[in-house]
Amino acid sequence: MKDKSYTGWQLWSLVILRVAIGWHFLYEGITKLLNPDWSSLGYLMDSKGLFEGIFHAMAANAAVLNIVDFLNIWGLVLIGTGLIVGLFTRVATISGIVLLAFYYLSHPAIVGVSYAMPSEGSYLWVNKILIEMITLWVLILFPSWKKVGLDSILFKK
Amino acid sequence: MMTDKEKKRTGNNMNRREMLKGLSTVPVLGAFAYGTWRKRRQDHIKSHKLARELDMSMKPVEHIPYKHDGDVIRIGIIGAGGRGTYLLKAAGFVAPQTIREWKDIAEKDPRNKVYSDFLQQDDLNIRITGVCDLFDVRANKALEASANTGKEMPGGKMGTPARRYRTYQELLAADDIDAVIIATPDHWHARITMDAARAGKHVYAEKGFTRTLDEVYQVRDVVKESGIVYQLGHQGRQTESYIKAKEVVEKNLLGKISLIEVCTNRNSPNGAWVYKIDERANENTVDWLQYEEPCEVKHPWSPERFFRWRCWWDYGTGLSGDLLTHEYDAINQILGMGIPTSAAASGGVYFYKDKAHYVNEIREVPDVWNVALEYPHLDFTLLYSATLASDHKRGKTVMGHDGSMELGNTLRVFADRESTRYKEKIANGLIDPSIPIYTYIPGRKNVDSVATATEQYFASRGLLYTYRGGRRVDTSHLHIAEWITAIREGKQPSCNIDQAFEEGISAAMATMAQREHRTVYWDIDRQQVV
Repeated sequence: MKDKSYTGWQLWSLVILRVAIGWHFLYEGITKLLNPDWSSLGYLMDSKGLFEGIFHAMAANAAVLNIVDFLNIWGLVLIGTGLIVGLFTRVATISGIVLLAFYYLSHPAIVGVSYAMPSEGSYLWVNKILIEMITLWVLILFPSWKKVGLDSILFKK
Repeated sequence: MMTDKEKKRTGNNMNRREMLKGLSTVPVLGAFAYGTWRKRRQDHIKSHKLARELDMSMKPVEHIPYKHDGDVIRIGIIGAGGRGTYLLKAAGFVAPQTIREWKDIAEKDPRNKVYSDFLQQDDLNIRITGVCDLFDVRANKALEASANTGKEMPGGKMGTPARRYRTYQELLAADDIDAVIIATPDHWHARITMDAARAGKHVYAEKGFTRTLDEVYQVRDVVKESGIVYQLGHQGRQTESYIKAKEVVEKNLLGKISLIEVCTNRNSPNGAWVYKIDERANENTVDWLQYEEPCEVKHPWSPERFFRWRCWWDYGTGLSGDLLTHEYDAINQILGMGIPTSAAASGGVYFYKDKAHYVNEIREVPDVWNVALEYPHLDFTLLYSATLASDHKRGKTVMGHDGSMELGNTLRVFADRESTRYKEKIANGLIDPSIPIYTYIPGRKNVDSVATATEQYFASRGLLYTYRGGRRVDTSHLHIAEWITAIREGKQPSCNIDQAFEEGISAAMATMAQREHRTVYWDIDRQQVV
């Protein structure tokens, strides 16, 4: 879709959605970055479903766990910043989908599993992670950063 | 029509507009930074104020490193059944086949850490030079473990195996044994401990301290006279959160303590001591006569009484010696309350009462049991409540006027809604009684940062600290290491004979209260149970 065809309302609504998701990513990343005790260990150990073996293996190896922690924290921070200011937005959005896919696969809302962490809502198959993931996918198809975002300045045709 | 000049100007305007539009979301980062700063500052002020109010030291529990240098200490193991085998492992000795099985398990389930934990366990610089067990199969397994000095699997290089002794007296007479680990059934504890002390061998003995009240005094006197290093097997002494709990009490975070509740919950035949009976056990492979020697009334060969001995008063004291003692010792290490003024007990055989659970004989000792230990001079009651037929988890709770403390692997302190000390802080919102004012999670790097709800959830389920840093340490290993260090340095370990005496008298009072259907009292002046 050509960005020319957006009305003002459409464009700014897309921007607001993008910034809000970016904010969520960035704050999740910053909180973990500022907490010296944060580790993905508990979350990984709590994994269920088809891929739990992979996530448990990540947690079992201290070296791998450190890499996972590092990638997760900085992934969240950079994706969040990218979405907010519209820098390398396409890459950031795709990375966001990949990261969320990991979360979703490690904690799928499938029938017959429950997690140590209580959920704040009720979910079956579709949970907020999946919705955020789909939203990012939609944002790729409606690239607001070509008008609003550093990308529009840096990569101006 | 626009002139060229006008066109240029409009184009510039468009560029500037596009530029502003492109940058328009950047200020969001400023708002984000401001919001984050505000929130962190508020959290910091709150936790700082709270920390100042509580005055808890912000350092994790410091461990004095154990010493393993110097001469090799030569150990004899007396009683190499379930617990004895576990203690051998904690000391660093496991049969090769068992290590192979652990490795196979770890390959199938990366969460299972038995194998890697064992490999990482410190070498205590000890050797197992003597083994005494009345069942050939177990004695041979212990001999295999004793030879496995390099934590090898089958086919690996083995060291010299220990010598097997048919009686503990022969083992104690051996010159190449400096110290003994006693993990026999309780009816042997007193005799072996006293003979070992008289022979000058240091002792690590399993709980319960003794089977009878008289033995408590006798063992205490003989051990004290001998000057050996004695450690009673309450490995809870090594639990980090208990060490922090002591500080919580010392800093008076709880105010006046009036009630302490400790519990045991288990729900399996194993947990109720209805263990599997080894089919290889018979009168040729078990020295049954020797096993029964301390019993007043002798019984004919009974594999059930041999393997499931905790179910009968002839060999042990059931929940009292096995599990009340652990709970008692945990609280005694924190509060140092010693022997109670009185003990009352009630309970019965309520679940494992049918023949179907047994081979021949139904148990004598209760599977549901409650004990009230009174400390009127300290103004509190210690309640013990146990069932072997429900796995509902209840932690240890210390209840005070200003706050209560929940103890498990983690430690949580809550302010009391009606507290006098925290009244003002609850009113102005600094303290929320539904959120812990202090949390200790072992293995956490910083005690001062407030543990998030997520962290607490994972920690309470043993998911957090267990694997962090790739190292989990077995408390039984630490307890043996402390004993070995004490031997090397000629010092007293944490669960020494004085602590053991208090445990022994208290448990004996509870057992007597149950068996004699009366309240049992401690005459402090005469140091007698009446």
